[in-house]
Amino acid sequence: MNELKLLLENPIVMSVLLAFVPIVFILVYALVTLYGEMKVAAHIQNRLAYMENGWHGTLQPFADILKLLQKEDIIPTAADKFLFSLAPYLVFVGTYASFAVLPFSSGFIGSNIDLGILYLVAASSLVVVGLLMSGWASNNKWSLFGSLRSAAQIVSYEIPGVLAILGVVMVLGTMNMQTMTQMQDGGIQNWLIFGGNFALGQKLALIPFMFILFVIYLLSSMAEVNRTPFDLPEAESELVQGYNTEYSGMKFAIFYLAEYANLFLVSAVVVILFFGGWTSPFGSFMGGPVWSAFWFIMKGMFFVFVNIWLRWTLPRLRVDQLMYVSWKVLTPFALFCIIAIGFIMVV
Amino acid sequence: MYEIIFYFFAAVTIGSAGVVVFSRNIVYSAFALFFTFFGVAGIYVLLNADFLAVTQLLIYVGGILVLILFGVMLTTNTVSVDIKAKSLNTLPAVSVVAALAGLLAGMIWTTDWFMSKNMSEITAQTTSKEIGSALITTHLLPFEVASVVLLVAIVGAAMMARRESVKTQISNSK
Repeated sequence: MNELKLLLENPIVMSVLLAFVPIVFILVYALVTLYGEMKVAAHIQNRLAYMENGWHGTLQPFADILKLLQKEDIIPTAADKFLFSLAPYLVFVGTYASFAVLPFSSGFIGSNIDLGILYLVAASSLVVVGLLMSGWASNNKWSLFGSLRSAAQIVSYEIPGVLAILGVVMVLGTMNMQTMTQMQDGGIQNWLIFGGNFALGQKLALIPFMFILFVIYLLSSMAEVNRTPFDLPEAESELVQGYNTEYSGMKFAIFYLAEYANLFLVSAVVVILFFGGWTSPFGSFMGGPVWSAFWFIMKGMFFVFVNIWLRWTLPRLRVDQLMYVSWKVLTPFALFCIIAIGFIMVV
Repeated sequence: MYEIIFYFFAAVTIGSAGVVVFSRNIVYSAFALFFTFFGVAGIYVLLNADFLAVTQLLIYVGGILVLILFGVMLTTNTVSVDIKAKSLNTLPAVSVVAALAGLLAGMIWTTDWFMSKNMSEITAQTTSKEIGSALITTHLLPFEVASVVLLVAIVGAAMMARRESVKTQISNSK
């Protein structure tokens, strides 16, 4: 027992253990979302979906995982074997690295660095490289087109997304995600979407701009995770399946896991920026480290649900519409909001 | 511990830089560049330059590397291309490289490096606030000049892209 205690006090062992906390969360969350996505889709489209295994098919995700685990791992002969094998891991590493700065609760954050949100944006740019790598290494036209579309989309939507983040950083005056959350503590009225914890005049002036920034960030985050209405990289009718067409078995599973992890990541960022992160909506009531983890995950899951909801409701955009929305609508609005917020924060 | 991490990042940087230079496949060179940038960012972190490290990742990996990859993928066939990998202009190249290597080596030897016996003694501090205030006070002019230059470049790029589309429109209408 003493040896175990000594081992746990070693900072290296401790940090390695802490680094595994998000992966445990991601695996459980992926199972829930796998089931949730199918069920939500089915109810929206008036279908049944999983019904056979367990109550309303609750055991189906486990069966799906088992199936994925034992599938044959095929590498096409014409593919570039090294890059083909490396790409899924790179995509997942880029997503997972971003989880390091997510404040899951008032008591847990992987790395409480000062540049939190900037680091998150930088780490998610690794995903683009991984996607391009997978598309090129597959040696398949559809994969390549899918990955090029995906990269172009992520790079263009990063601009309004980062501008929206910049607006929030200007209001709060910090890039540290834990401090950002703490500044919105104290109840639902202090969340940034409701004007934050400021004097009444400033608060009322901020509300419309915060709402616009929220919509801008929500749209660009949906584009960054490549989901409908922005799922051109995976447009089945044109591209088979996009960048992961040639992947099978465990490598495909890792792409899938990375996609779901990314979905939670962007939802969590929406929550931290505009909906008070882990803070309880009732002030100090139902606060504390455990409750705050509950609130964080619940709020995050709500936005995951919004993503799923929109995915199964809206049709896909055309490529030119996609670029139009990013460059001619979202970016000018975000710039306008930044200027307005600058004036509000100075006055 | 810090030494192990440092040597790891140094090895990643130098090894992948070797691949960038010596690889016969231009796509491999482009992808190896990713690991070079990543290794350099890691070394910046060890040097307590957190803002620089994150910016390195954001600009070089998220921007420049993606641009290079797009260029490589769109200009060559998707199958591996035979780029010229033989030596050209050996004499001028050797002289330029020798001069550059001499300059760098001289600088490394003459600089009075700050060395700490114990790396963990140095407390981590953040640099973003200092960088921000320095940019907006002492270095305001270079900062503004750089932003104007970038703006001109963006306008120029937009101009070039638009002119081509106007031309194709005219040729289409004919």
